[in-house]
Amino acid sequence: MVIIYSRFTALFNTSVSIDKMSSKKEVKTRASAIDLKKTDLILQKFDNKKGALVSILLDIQKEYSYLPRESLLRVAEKLDMPLIDLCGVASFYKVFSFTPRGEHLVNVCLGTACHVRGGPKIVEAIQSFLEIEPGKTTKDGKFTFETVRCLGACALGPIMVIDGDYNGKMTPKKVNEILGKYK
Amino acid sequence: MEKLKTLKDLENLRIALKRAIDPKKTYVTICSGTGCQAHRCENIIVEFEKELTKQKLESKVEIRKTGCLGFCERGPVVIIYPKGIFYQKVRIEDVSEIMSKTVVKNEPIERLLYEDPQTKERIAYEKDIPFYKFQTKYVLGNNNFIDPAKIEEYISIGGYASLGKTLSKMKPEEVIDQMKKSELKGRGGAGFPAGLKWELCRKEKGDEKYIVCNGDEGDPGAFMDEGILEGNPHVVIEGMLIGAYAIGATKGYIYIRYEYPRAVKSVERALEQARECGLLGEKILGSNFNFDIVLKMGAGAFVSGEETALMASIEGKKGEPRQRPPFPAQKGIFGKPTNINNVETWATVPLIIEKGADWFAKIGTDKSKGTKIFSLVGKINNTGLVEVPMGLTLRDMIYKIGGGVPNNKKFKAIQTGGPSGGCIPESLLDLPIDYEKLKEAGSIMGSGGLVVMDEDTCMVDIAKFFLEFLMDESCGKCLICREGIERMLEIVTKITEGKGTKEDIELLQELADVVADASMCGLGQTSPNPVLSTLKYFKDEYMAHINDKKCPAGVCKSLLKYDIQKEKCTGCGLCKINCPQGAISGERGKPHTVNQEKCIKCGICYDNCKFKAIKR
Repeated sequence: MVIIYSRFTALFNTSVSIDKMSSKKEVKTRASAIDLKKTDLILQKFDNKKGALVSILLDIQKEYSYLPRESLLRVAEKLDMPLIDLCGVASFYKVFSFTPRGEHLVNVCLGTACHVRGGPKIVEAIQSFLEIEPGKTTKDGKFTFETVRCLGACALGPIMVIDGDYNGKMTPKKVNEILGKYK
Repeated sequence: MEKLKTLKDLENLRIALKRAIDPKKTYVTICSGTGCQAHRCENIIVEFEKELTKQKLESKVEIRKTGCLGFCERGPVVIIYPKGIFYQKVRIEDVSEIMSKTVVKNEPIERLLYEDPQTKERIAYEKDIPFYKFQTKYVLGNNNFIDPAKIEEYISIGGYASLGKTLSKMKPEEVIDQMKKSELKGRGGAGFPAGLKWELCRKEKGDEKYIVCNGDEGDPGAFMDEGILEGNPHVVIEGMLIGAYAIGATKGYIYIRYEYPRAVKSVERALEQARECGLLGEKILGSNFNFDIVLKMGAGAFVSGEETALMASIEGKKGEPRQRPPFPAQKGIFGKPTNINNVETWATVPLIIEKGADWFAKIGTDKSKGTKIFSLVGKINNTGLVEVPMGLTLRDMIYKIGGGVPNNKKFKAIQTGGPSGGCIPESLLDLPIDYEKLKEAGSIMGSGGLVVMDEDTCMVDIAKFFLEFLMDESCGKCLICREGIERMLEIVTKITEGKGTKEDIELLQELADVVADASMCGLGQTSPNPVLSTLKYFKDEYMAHINDKKCPAGVCKSLLKYDIQKEKCTGCGLCKINCPQGAISGERGKPHTVNQEKCIKCGICYDNCKFKAIKR
């Protein structure tokens, strides 16, 4: 619950109340920072269908690297559903992020196979290198650090993935070497 | 590709494709599954293609990029067919030599061959390597002979022939009858008879019916479905086509978890090709059968793999389970009768139709038929995907196929069935692997993940690991699952911190029973299994944490203290250099010491010390 709450606060932690947020005027003024054309194209691709909500959100996240508030408001409007329901779905699934992610996405597998091969030690090493906890982004916006439950490449455990690039048989020492290259 | 309008078209195409194959051609088969991708096989493939042109071998040799070949531990894996010469851990520098020696002159390159760890003998052929020798690859085997990106290759080895047979020679009832006779049990975890499930959905009244392929393979340490979806997507589509015909469904969904981007791509491409050929769409192969498939992606929720949750997710909602009945066959996606099977189940269907139910039912044990794919992972020498007949013993799986535990460590347990399963100790290693026997032992078959654990694995920590996993993944709908798992985790955490009492064990047991009894879906009902099975077989480890305040495996940090034994320390300084906290001090050549206040108990010094001077 704590996790869900913190994710929501990222979304609602503004002086704007939920009622105000859903007013169309508010959407227009806020939308200036985000290019909503891409959101509209995604909505069009799925015919504004409620049944495609998860797919729509996945595409939006792919486009913007997170779910911008403005996009969510547009989706709620077009799909004719309350924002709270939409956020309910978005916060249920782990993949979605309500805050912008860093330039590089660092993922550590914590599936059983990686766990028994020392996955938690890799998490600790990254934590101390980047000085952030899993789920957080560094202050300079360079790295977002996340954990995942099994990537299906167990033979290479423990695994660290940076921007989709797999690094297998990780050791705490290798963490510093590899992450150092991105700094 | 041209549309196949009739069955005859399909057969003609197959004949033409077979005829076009040059029997003298050599195939350089390069594994391109997720495991080998992580080993950077892409670079190897590029290099092979370069060499092909450089050595002017285009007419004699073909480079084939396949899905998972199973032996992930030894990736990047290259097999040269037709001879079947197996090369492991291939590097870019090896490519030119492989082409000039092995491909052109049939000479094996000694250093790239598999070495038997016991006899130290080099083994040249895939079929002789113990990891492969003891397998029976009926479902996964075709991965070796097709490029999953080419529907032609699937058709040329007999693909979609079972669909042809079904549409031209069998009534829907006959298909269901075959499925029932085959006694195929659902490979997703619960092991419900697939034929019976199909029959229930067929009998249900409704103008529209759906079928679903569940590719939300969420069990950590399991990647069988990934291997099939990436390596042979058309076999799944064919299985679904046969199922849809038997059940009377017109629309299907394939749901793949977000964490498998390569599987998504593979299926996406396969669906397009099947549509283009007319194998999906209207009047398939000239029959009156219409069917199409929509691909849906998950978004990271373990519980969505439960069938009612999966349906909710497909409808664009939160992937939360609901009460059954009504069962999906009665009320499924958008309220219509729906049949859900997992990837491996669908992939087995064409085989049953091709070879017949009787043939299939002869494989395996009394009540568990056929072969099953397992992912053998953890503390095991030969990690990878393995397909064996049901009934193989755990011992053979671990030692004959898996090659035992690495680094001369002692085997401790094998975990089966993912977070819903349990840990099986050494005393039960002669247990044949099938649905019934694993259940008797307090675990389950699950989807086929086998995680091997050695003496360095703490079983209380494993129980904690699964409880953490399940607490994260519980959707929170049922109070008992939401609260119960968290309370169990609190108790187990307390034990790992050395603060547990004997009464905690009783409370844990009681809580486990209640959570199992009162939860609505499979996640909650089976969530106590990791705790119960470790309590059953490894109670002494729990007691060591409680009574002696010790973690025998040296995992639980609160109970650890790293010290340097003066008499063994040579003062080499390796621990000092590697300590991330700067907690180790000492002059070169003299015994070092650990500053306990700075030490974060990461164990790096312990792992690095060559003189075993560090005690924990």
